[in-house]
Amino acid sequence: MNIGYYPGCSVHATAREYEESLKAVASVLDLGLDEIPDWSCCGASSAHATNHLLGVALPARNLALAEAEEMTRVLAPCAACYGRLSNARFELGRDQALAREVGVVLRRPFRNSVQVVNVVEILQELLPRISQRTVRPLAGLKVASYYGCLLVRPSKVTGFDDPEAPTSMEQVVDATGAVSLQWNKRTTCCGAGLSLSRLGSVVRLGHAILNDARASGARAVVVACPMCHSNLDFRQAAINRSRQHGAPGRAGELPILYITQLVGLALGIAPSKLGLQRHFVSTRPLLERLLEQQGMEVA
Amino acid sequence: MDPTDEQRPILASQVLERVGRDPARCYQCGKCTAGCPMSAEMPIKVGQIMRLVQLDRRERIFRDSSIWLCLTCETCSARCPMDCEPATVLDALREMVVQRDPALLPVRIRAMHQAFLAQIRKNGRVFEMGLVMGYKVRSGALMDDMTTAPGLYARGKLALTPRKLRGIADVQRIFNACGAQVGSGVADSLRYLGSRR
Repeated sequence: MNIGYYPGCSVHATAREYEESLKAVASVLDLGLDEIPDWSCCGASSAHATNHLLGVALPARNLALAEAEEMTRVLAPCAACYGRLSNARFELGRDQALAREVGVVLRRPFRNSVQVVNVVEILQELLPRISQRTVRPLAGLKVASYYGCLLVRPSKVTGFDDPEAPTSMEQVVDATGAVSLQWNKRTTCCGAGLSLSRLGSVVRLGHAILNDARASGARAVVVACPMCHSNLDFRQAAINRSRQHGAPGRAGELPILYITQLVGLALGIAPSKLGLQRHFVSTRPLLERLLEQQGMEVA
Repeated sequence: MDPTDEQRPILASQVLERVGRDPARCYQCGKCTAGCPMSAEMPIKVGQIMRLVQLDRRERIFRDSSIWLCLTCETCSARCPMDCEPATVLDALREMVVQRDPALLPVRIRAMHQAFLAQIRKNGRVFEMGLVMGYKVRSGALMDDMTTAPGLYARGKLALTPRKLRGIADVQRIFNACGAQVGSGVADSLRYLGSRR
């Protein structure tokens, strides 16, 4: 099976391991990724927050390029890209006047025929294959699945899972043999784009999320978004230092894994091929425990 | 029942015109404020903003930081029983502020949007190192994150040069067209957003 692929800006830098693990997993699962030629940024939060038309036109350019390549579905691993591409598709479908305006701006034919899917959605489709090709079940690993915002909201835009009580990530986690935990902050925002401009907010929100995950007994948090990862992994040192919120210190460190990394481990892909060495919160203790259980040595 | 065009306040009509969502339908149930992760930090909560729109109190909204703290996490839009999409309404309000006077934005948040859009305009994609540098120059927060760059580099997470698109002219044309389309003020604002202070 092949699918159109919209990488998004962050997988070429801070979220490098997301793409590395996605490609490694896709290859084992026989999923071909056809990158949209000459794709451009979706505009993420800054475009739609300052200019509505730009916020639709930038993602629409990419959907039009995909359509020109006769792609019917496009996979966007970043939840923010997924949200903006889905939103453009949705708004162009409901608002004729906007669709005409965007048509004028784009200057290319566009029938709005391309569907947008996220990584969890595609893994969910491939569940039987994941179960079948799992060679190292992650038995006993307690995992908190963190959806964040834009995978599931608003549901009329994404058309994916339930916005209040989603289950898709847990289904994927279960297929790896790991244990999905019940916890409260699964769909609470991590602070997203405020990481640079208002770190205090990101620390406050991240603290609540990580605390709840720890309280539920999690050994790792699984995410499907570069911004969630950055705010919970890269910013975890700041979160754990924050006295204001009761600092858990280094003892409270919680590894943040991309869902593709978790699946990759179960599929027997080497941790280094999944970019697990690139995190700020070390994944090594987790890997050591895991591989010890499986009677293997850390690569 | 939906308000008629005569009943709808001016600001609500302008929001409806811009983004196709009608704030006049809001009956103040408070679900948006209750679910908003930024309520604790917002001087004016999202449900109050919806009410202020209905009351045409634009100055109260435009001269406050609250709309700029919204994360667009879409919790409010997912839960609104009247399908008002408060997050989309806030987009419209922010666009109106940008068009009127970008100086009304909180400095750091304005710097972030400026730097982000400048990246797309210049490279077609966001080059993260350029984004951070652009943000620092515009916000004056030069010392922020000084200690994190080496860690990013050591993990192979810092791209040192931008990749430029073949279709960069295409992207730049879209920026210009969007500015010109929605009124003369926006072209200037976007140019402002794309330039250094």
